[in-house]
Amino acid sequence: MASIHDLQRIATQVRRDILRQVHAVNSGHPGGSLGCTEFLTALYFHQMRFSAAPFEMDGVNQDVFFLSNGHISPVFYSVLARSGHFPIAELATFRKINTRLQGHPTTHEGLPGVRIASGSLGQGLSVALGAALSKKLNNDTHLVYSLHGDGELQEGQIWEAAMYAAANKVDNIISTVDVNGQQIDGSTEKVLSLGNLRAKFEAFGWMVFEMNGNAMEEVIAGLENAAAHTGKGKPIVILMKTEMGMGVDFMMGTHKWHGVAPNDEQLSKALAQLPETIGDY
Amino acid sequence: MAIQFTFTDQNDTRSGFGAGLLELGKSNPNVVALCADLTGSLKMDAFEAAFPERFFQTGIAEANMIGLAAGMTIGGKIPFTGTFANFSTGRVYDQIRQSVAYSDKNVKICASHAGLTLGEDGATHQILEDIGLMKMLPNMVVINPCDYNQTKAATIAIAKHHGPVYLRFGRPKVPNFTPADQAFEIGKAVKLKDGKDVSIFATGHLVWKALKAAEQLHEMGIDAEIINIHTIKPLDEAAVLASVAKTGCVVTAEEHQRNGGLGDSIAQLLARTTPRPMEFVAVNDSFGESGTPEELLVKYKLDTPDIVQAAKAVLARR
Repeated sequence: MASIHDLQRIATQVRRDILRQVHAVNSGHPGGSLGCTEFLTALYFHQMRFSAAPFEMDGVNQDVFFLSNGHISPVFYSVLARSGHFPIAELATFRKINTRLQGHPTTHEGLPGVRIASGSLGQGLSVALGAALSKKLNNDTHLVYSLHGDGELQEGQIWEAAMYAAANKVDNIISTVDVNGQQIDGSTEKVLSLGNLRAKFEAFGWMVFEMNGNAMEEVIAGLENAAAHTGKGKPIVILMKTEMGMGVDFMMGTHKWHGVAPNDEQLSKALAQLPETIGDY
Repeated sequence: MAIQFTFTDQNDTRSGFGAGLLELGKSNPNVVALCADLTGSLKMDAFEAAFPERFFQTGIAEANMIGLAAGMTIGGKIPFTGTFANFSTGRVYDQIRQSVAYSDKNVKICASHAGLTLGEDGATHQILEDIGLMKMLPNMVVINPCDYNQTKAATIAIAKHHGPVYLRFGRPKVPNFTPADQAFEIGKAVKLKDGKDVSIFATGHLVWKALKAAEQLHEMGIDAEIINIHTIKPLDEAAVLASVAKTGCVVTAEEHQRNGGLGDSIAQLLARTTPRPMEFVAVNDSFGESGTPEELLVKYKLDTPDIVQAAKAVLARR
């Protein structure tokens, strides 16, 4: 099993992958990707039990993950490639014509590791719950994980799903919300305040945990703790505080880098802060 | 000599769906059903009673229902969702587009109370755009069977097709005239009457109306060919072209908007290959309203006399 040090080295490389992917095509979403790097690294290199190759869509007797905020595809693709789902070199095709690494993740091009298309927000929680129900029908005790943006919680379907999950005691799911407080038009507070998310989820009948998503030890502990609380009749949500743009000083603390790629100079400045660890693609 | 088509009984197509779903429940343990608070209306109650562990009541939350269904395919389930046609399509279009069609999920979207014939509830519930919405989605099969027996057969058949399907049916009791033991083949048109003067392609409840029109046309010396297009997509192009090659003119009949419906698909096919005079029996860019099904079919010109009239008109243009 990977040590915290190993996981941090992977995370640094994933951040380089994110920046280099979006820079190469001058498009994509670096901010939220950088913020969720520890989480996805911990999930795929520590927490989940799965087979990357061969990848099986049905994921029976495996843990499965759904990315609901599909725009952070650069971090998802990097982690999928580096966990053995497809060749790392394929990251160079991100968002290019004929690629399997579409702007937003899709099953349409057959990219291993992706089980649902996402991009239009608010749909992934329902899908993850469906997969969790399917696991129960199959007597499969593995878990379903999902990740959502905080801005995404403004979509009504999320709350339809939240109500359903608690009412039906879907307790084999761990949903995580990336609480970075930012969305395209500004802070979530300014655009449409989410209010008290803990109180909201608790009122909907969920078990709520919180963690700092940019501290690897906390993410590991948070995921392990959440997994230990599954099977108790309640769905679980982790409110994960992150910093958008984490790891690159000039990208942090602003929504400006939500969907903007660095230019050549900005890329070199950013990569200088993230020395290569396990090898660039 | 007069011709006369007959039926065995009158029944609603939604009950055909319910009966088909119950059979599937017995024969295929992977079939699951989801319903958004319309279990009785969709006739899904027999399935719910027989297989409670495979029935999922989602409440009045159709977007979540479609997402749940998409997710349940992961693990090998074959979900059948049930609600009214309006809430099965327009209300959840983006969920179907992204989580089902684009994601190639094996979800069967089953929709009752389609068209004007749901009657008194009025235009909020009378969707006349659903065929168009669904057929525009890449990867989506669109089926609108004509009676109880055919709806039951279609329900059973779509479980064997891997991929998203939209199955459209209705509320009122209508003549049940197709064989109980029919083999339903997706994408295969069914010729109900040979004819040489005009091709009438009908779908759903208007197939029976087309047969009645053929009786009247026969009295007038017009020999109409009647073809049941139960699958609007993929369209049985060979059957359409073979019939039109013989008759040289076309009428389409459907309980749907002219824009986006069966007639529009056939017109496109003919425009690409062999343009011929064509008349459309369909709703023409308007909403419905409250009334009995029969009153509405008369008022919105979807009745037997309208098909007769369209056939005469198109023959005059041939």
